[in-house]
Amino acid sequence: MTLTREYSAWSPDEAEEIIAPIARTPGPILRCLQAIQERFGYVPADAVALVAQRCNATRADVHGVLTYYADLRTQPPAAIPVRLCAAEACQAVGGRELQREWEQACEADQRLAELTGGNEPVFCLGNCALGPAALVGDRLLGHASVERIEAAVGRLREQQGLQEGDRS
Amino acid sequence: MTTWFVPRDAAARSVGADDVAQALTSQGHRVVRTGSRGMLWLEPLVECAPEPGGARVGWANVTPEDVVEGRLQEGAANYLGVVAQVDYLAKQDRWVFERVGVIDPVDPEDYLANGGLAGLRAALEKSPESVIDEIVESGLRGRGGAGFPAGIKWRTVAQTPPCPHTGEPANAPAHKYICINADEGDSGTFADRMLIEGDPFCLLEGMTIAAHAVGADKGIVYLRSEYPDAIEVLQEAIVTARDRGWLGSSVLGTELSFDVEVYVGAGSYVCGEETAMLESIEGRRGMVRVKPPLPAIEGLFGTPTVINNVMTMASVPSIMARGAASYARLGTEKSQGTQVFQIAGNTARGGIVETAFGITARELIEDFGGGTRSGRPVRAVQIGGPLGAYLPADRLDVAMGYETLAEAGGMIGHGGVVVFDESVDMAEQARFAMEFCAEESCGKCTPCRIGSTRGVEVIDRIRSGEDPEDNTVLLRDLCEVMTDGSLCAMGGLTPMPVLSALDNFPEDFAPHTRGREG
Repeated sequence: MTLTREYSAWSPDEAEEIIAPIARTPGPILRCLQAIQERFGYVPADAVALVAQRCNATRADVHGVLTYYADLRTQPPAAIPVRLCAAEACQAVGGRELQREWEQACEADQRLAELTGGNEPVFCLGNCALGPAALVGDRLLGHASVERIEAAVGRLREQQGLQEGDRS
Repeated sequence: MTTWFVPRDAAARSVGADDVAQALTSQGHRVVRTGSRGMLWLEPLVECAPEPGGARVGWANVTPEDVVEGRLQEGAANYLGVVAQVDYLAKQDRWVFERVGVIDPVDPEDYLANGGLAGLRAALEKSPESVIDEIVESGLRGRGGAGFPAGIKWRTVAQTPPCPHTGEPANAPAHKYICINADEGDSGTFADRMLIEGDPFCLLEGMTIAAHAVGADKGIVYLRSEYPDAIEVLQEAIVTARDRGWLGSSVLGTELSFDVEVYVGAGSYVCGEETAMLESIEGRRGMVRVKPPLPAIEGLFGTPTVINNVMTMASVPSIMARGAASYARLGTEKSQGTQVFQIAGNTARGGIVETAFGITARELIEDFGGGTRSGRPVRAVQIGGPLGAYLPADRLDVAMGYETLAEAGGMIGHGGVVVFDESVDMAEQARFAMEFCAEESCGKCTPCRIGSTRGVEVIDRIRSGEDPEDNTVLLRDLCEVMTDGSLCAMGGLTPMPVLSALDNFPEDFAPHTRGREG
């Protein structure tokens, strides 16, 4: 089973190494940014100039792509990000109520909020017959409820070997 | 030793299929991970073949405890009998989903043993022109929603000479592309995901047939990032297909040279629009292009490009194998063949229903779907994704087809059917349609970029009782501008859910009402 990934600390040299082969292919900017995020968990501000230079593009081009796509982050992600589906098929089975309940749970438990990043909504996870759907780390949940999400977070946390208060 | 079959499909995994597989393995059983049969309310659905190679029997909603305590017996409460004879499956006519849930998706031998490559072999014996003629004859139309005849699109690409990428010298290598739109962002749709997770070679085979037909050398599958399992399965299948010579410089020993790469999306709904998808593959912001030029003539990197949806392309191998005429006989006069419907939302029996066009929405929702999951009456059904119309419960006798749904004020889209019970607040749904458009608009057209935000505000004013009549006129006016003034379906079709909600459920727009409960 896929776990929430371990990311490397930002290193311009390592980033150069990752993007060099991509930069030689046609239309490389988005894939360079995706590769950087895959390795480091996010796209640091320093990466913009680096990608621009390697791809023979302007920093504005790279910034434009970086800020267009919902997936691309400029800050490190939470340890076990939780994303609830906010689209129609999940709305039809209590998705909106689940969003509210989850937000309340995070308000009541600051550690849970920090660990999961609260809730970054996502439009459709392709699990529309077993909604509400949620993504906990890399793990798709069907029939999601606050209890099921918390249990999945706990399980991933155990597998990651994270101790209480290990991550802020 | 009995072999057990447990789906590795993301939906099945989302309700515990991995734990069940692990329990079976730790009991010393051999476990094959398949795709899902598409009866998603029964997942995890576990199967075994009592006689080697014989009919498979199954159990529904299996838990690890069922395995550990030896409860997977004939006669158990969750015993289904022979899975292929379960009514929901037996009533379908599966062409695209023939092998999904049956085979190990990444085992090439299993693929071959179940009819795999028959379509490609048949196509390679024919001239490219006659392959295109056959696709035209089959009546296959685009399953992404636009419904353009696939064969005609292929013919345009076939007749356009290959060329170098934009900006490269004239003597640089010339290309044509096959691009698969697997950016399945519509809520209520999951057929592309399930096909790729359950039978990825079928998509690759379809693409290879298209490559032979139009003279393409490169293939790209643009697959959304929200589908990590599908990405993994497809990448594994591509490596295997290359090893087997099903892709590469000499496909099945012929002169055809064709290879496929996966490009992963980055969380943008509008990249499911074909020209925005091309921009995204080219590494830029996913902004819609003006047409013409058509992508068939000037598409990816300026080269002639076939863009087909996953379902369109995955229909091709079985059409070539079983014959265009038998495919064209299915369905209705203008919507031929089968459609892979997806029943979702508040449904008792959600899943995949592949059947000929012409079935009514009511048959899908009631006969297959069994009504709502909540047990309350159906109130509204959204067909064709977030840009599709909301139909009321008394208008569900419409036949499912491109033209018939359009005449009923809706669209078939990618075949998704999302069911809502009577607790739905249709003004809230209309507001969400505008909100979603504001969130996902690429920003190129003003009516879409700004109109959507104004739409949210106007709906809020109507709901709060602020000049409701005047604001309703304003909302209709705004919808007209968005419909007529947007380049693509994002801005152009957002008014469809909004206006259908307003027209069919006007009572929900009165102030202080929340659905029928009041």
